[in-house]
Amino acid sequence: MAEIIGSFYTSHVPAIGGAIAKGQQAAPYWKPFFDAFPPVRGWITAARPDIAVVVYNDHGLNFFLDKMPTFAVGAAPEYRNADEGWGIPQVAPFQGNEDLSWHLVESLVAADFDIVTCQEMFVDHAFSLPMALLWPDQRWPVRVVPVCVNTVLFPLPSAARCWKLGQAIGQAIQNWDSDARVVVMGTGGLSHQLEGERAGHINKAYDQRFLDSLSGDPTWVTRQSINDIVREVGTQGVELLNWLVARAAMPGAVKEVHRTYHIPISNTAAAVVALEARH
Amino acid sequence: MTTIRQVHDDIPGTMLFDSRAARKGYALNKMCYSFNDKANRDAFVADEAAYCARYGLNAEQRQAIAERDVLKLLAAGGNAYYLAKFAGIFGLDMQDIGAQQTGMSKEAFKAKLVAARDH
Repeated sequence: MAEIIGSFYTSHVPAIGGAIAKGQQAAPYWKPFFDAFPPVRGWITAARPDIAVVVYNDHGLNFFLDKMPTFAVGAAPEYRNADEGWGIPQVAPFQGNEDLSWHLVESLVAADFDIVTCQEMFVDHAFSLPMALLWPDQRWPVRVVPVCVNTVLFPLPSAARCWKLGQAIGQAIQNWDSDARVVVMGTGGLSHQLEGERAGHINKAYDQRFLDSLSGDPTWVTRQSINDIVREVGTQGVELLNWLVARAAMPGAVKEVHRTYHIPISNTAAAVVALEARH
Repeated sequence: MTTIRQVHDDIPGTMLFDSRAARKGYALNKMCYSFNDKANRDAFVADEAAYCARYGLNAEQRQAIAERDVLKLLAAGGNAYYLAKFAGIFGLDMQDIGAQQTGMSKEAFKAKLVAARDH
């Protein structure tokens, strides 16, 4: 059976792509964020994953408001990034793992999750930047399966529902007849709000509590409504739902092997976390 | 039967992108979504009015586009993620956008972000 080796979490602010394109990783503004990655790369290299299941939200590259799935799973042989409106360089294409994709699709529908299945799918910065941060040479050593959560058009799925989706993903991976080693990734957040008179909202105390909860009390957020979460962490901070799905996929106890929290990159409180599965 | 709507207006300075904005802003957001393609960005820059007309923007939306006024674009039903593609045409970053909406200088807005470290 497949093994979940751990989970990895990072903010996915588009400006990270600009910093990578301009080679600004060591600039004073960016260094506190990029410094998170050498140790995380050491961890993930040692953990030898074959596949990354990446939980993220699309920002208007693959999905528009004409058809907005609450949960979508990629089942394509290949996934490409594309111009999102800013004309920055695109990363190398990603190779999918169709066997795991279809196993997830079948398992999730059997578990009463009415997901959308995508045999063609563009993946935006929320998918590509975390990959490029882990593997800066962009020679991807893993196959990928995208899982997209609607954090754009309200109503959003509740935190409790996202937790259950993550649990079902985790169980499906562990029931998959394969010797693959799988890392689950959650991208986005933490607190930030781009729009309205409250633009620039950051909530360090909530973010810290959330980061602590990932190890000690991972269902903490599931006891909060979407409105409560948005009030605390902002209209885009609600992307922490992606983290929650990834965290819920972890099969048992976890050990935090890395944590970085830095304010700000762009308008965002940035965070990077790695959790190892303790079998 | 009870209807449960996820509509909330109790977060200061915040408009959730719910059914009201989605219905009002569809044409505006569809136009901004088209800016993923450089050819469309170029077509907009070449003739803004014609491009807005092609997507059926109403008078409120056309004025907000012409004024590059983010709060008015939001009030006209715009969604932040699609509006970001519009802002990209002019090379504006999120600190420009934040400063405009909060009535601050860009430097003051950036200082406000940094100050969140100490809260």
